[in-house]
Amino acid sequence: MTNQGRPRTSLGTYPNWFYLPAALVFAVFFLVPTALAFYFSLTRWTLFDATFIGFENYLDFLGDPRLMSGLRNTIIYAVMTSGLKVVIALPLAVLLTSSIRLKGLFRGLIFFPVLVSTVAVGITFATLMQPSVGLINTALGAIGLPRPDWLGNPNLALYSVALVDVWKGVGIAMVIFIAGIMSIPPDYFEAARLEGGSWVKFRHVILPLSRNATFTVILLSFIGGLRTFDLIWAMTHGGPGFASDVLTSVIYKEYQAGFYGLSTAGNVVLFILVTIIVYPLMRFFSRRELEL
Amino acid sequence: MRVPKVIAGAGIETSEPASESSRTGVERVRQFIASTWIDALSLVVIGIVFVVPFIFILLTAAKPRAEAALFKFSWPSQFQLIENLRDVVTYGDNRMLLALWNSALLTVGSVTLIVLLSAMVAFVIQRRNDGVASAASTIMLAGLIIPPAVVPTIFLLQWLGLYKTLLGLIMVEVAFTVPFAILVLRAFMGSIPREIDESAIIDGASPLRVFFSIILPLLRPAIVTVIVVSAVGIYNDFAGPLYFLPGSENVTAQVTLFSFISQFGSQWNLLFADVVLITIPPLIMFMFFQRQLVSGLTAGAIKG
Repeated sequence: MTNQGRPRTSLGTYPNWFYLPAALVFAVFFLVPTALAFYFSLTRWTLFDATFIGFENYLDFLGDPRLMSGLRNTIIYAVMTSGLKVVIALPLAVLLTSSIRLKGLFRGLIFFPVLVSTVAVGITFATLMQPSVGLINTALGAIGLPRPDWLGNPNLALYSVALVDVWKGVGIAMVIFIAGIMSIPPDYFEAARLEGGSWVKFRHVILPLSRNATFTVILLSFIGGLRTFDLIWAMTHGGPGFASDVLTSVIYKEYQAGFYGLSTAGNVVLFILVTIIVYPLMRFFSRRELEL
Repeated sequence: MRVPKVIAGAGIETSEPASESSRTGVERVRQFIASTWIDALSLVVIGIVFVVPFIFILLTAAKPRAEAALFKFSWPSQFQLIENLRDVVTYGDNRMLLALWNSALLTVGSVTLIVLLSAMVAFVIQRRNDGVASAASTIMLAGLIIPPAVVPTIFLLQWLGLYKTLLGLIMVEVAFTVPFAILVLRAFMGSIPREIDESAIIDGASPLRVFFSIILPLLRPAIVTVIVVSAVGIYNDFAGPLYFLPGSENVTAQVTLFSFISQFGSQWNLLFADVVLITIPPLIMFMFFQRQLVSGLTAGAIKG
């Protein structure tokens, strides 16, 4: 902040106790449980008493193929959904900031699923993806394409859920890109128009100047992807078998089974995963932003 | 110059009228056809991808039981949407009404606290910009990224006597959402000039008074964004009630969806009628705030 004259307001105008109500709720219901998680992940825990067992839960975790595939699936899911959202939402945003008709209608239609319940979307698509009579395979069959068992094939289930995640979430990515494109000064477009056609405009104006929007989209959908639970649970319960289990569904299953210590260890693994991926990503992005 | 006018009216290159004079009529007609083709293609693709699923929901919700179980994309032989909705509402001793009531309390309670607590922080954090403020920013960022620790939160709620209570879940939702709300409000706070606070202070207003009667009203556009985004998020939350508010008397709207699956078995018409019913609140939000949401939602956050 510059010190360009704040003669009359002292810091007393902005008292520190204004933090207090939010800080209290945030500390008690978020920070304390997060800190407790590190301790309880080292215990065999029944909620009533906890026996310290060192790193046994983590060793169980690393030794169990089910938990390890949950870890791998979480990363695949986050990379795939955030990548696809960028690849689909950026062209959509370009299209919907162009002179196309029905712009407002299209934006609204694409954005609406963002507001609809994830569970409702999951149930609906589980029905549409039903292998023999579902609408998607009926349509694919009608034009002579293969009819995959979207959610029943263990090699496909995770990707099918990720596609539905993209369907539901692409609207928010599109809105972020639209805001980014609309904040580009018109002079740049004018210059691009003189230089060449719409490819020049896309490649040399929109693409570099919506870098911040791209970072925002990648970060948001990556964090969302790593933490996803509702959609997976609504569509596959992590199945078939544990083919589409992610860390959050493993955490829930261990919790349901009464392995609270193990469940919490899963939480800590997710915590570490999110931190080691997202923190460097943020550092990288903010450095690139400075260069701009 | 008649041809360009027509074309411009049809929506081509309206932002670049200067280019019109440099083009021949044939080119323009060709462009008109090309752009119409793009419009039509967009309409078809977006229609299939984003509208058909919702039509499917409505059609299935309007069908008799046996017909709905066929999963066909077809007009119901007997259109009984209203009857199905009524069956959903009255199912299990009006369980749905209890769920909607619980969801309403949860959403309104959480959002009120979120707006109030976050606006207070956003006000001070943006204005002070000292060591405390930067520490608060760091903690806030952590809250934005870190996934909540589930079982320890249950443990803590139990210890406080708030497990399986609406108040407990409200507190958890507030704690999870406040960082996002502060981020949005702080970005907007920057556009409210300091001079406004100063003149109020000169007039002898206390900090609380400055906040409630000046800052809070000025934050309105950003507050609307916070209200819509957090209300929709909390209303649609499934994992929160699943973990922190179990019990049949605590049922929320999203949870009814899941219990309908197991309880109804093959009663797909009622399941989708339930989907229709619980989608009405977000739909109303959407209609009221569509313009603001689709255009202004993230304008502040990107430059932030």
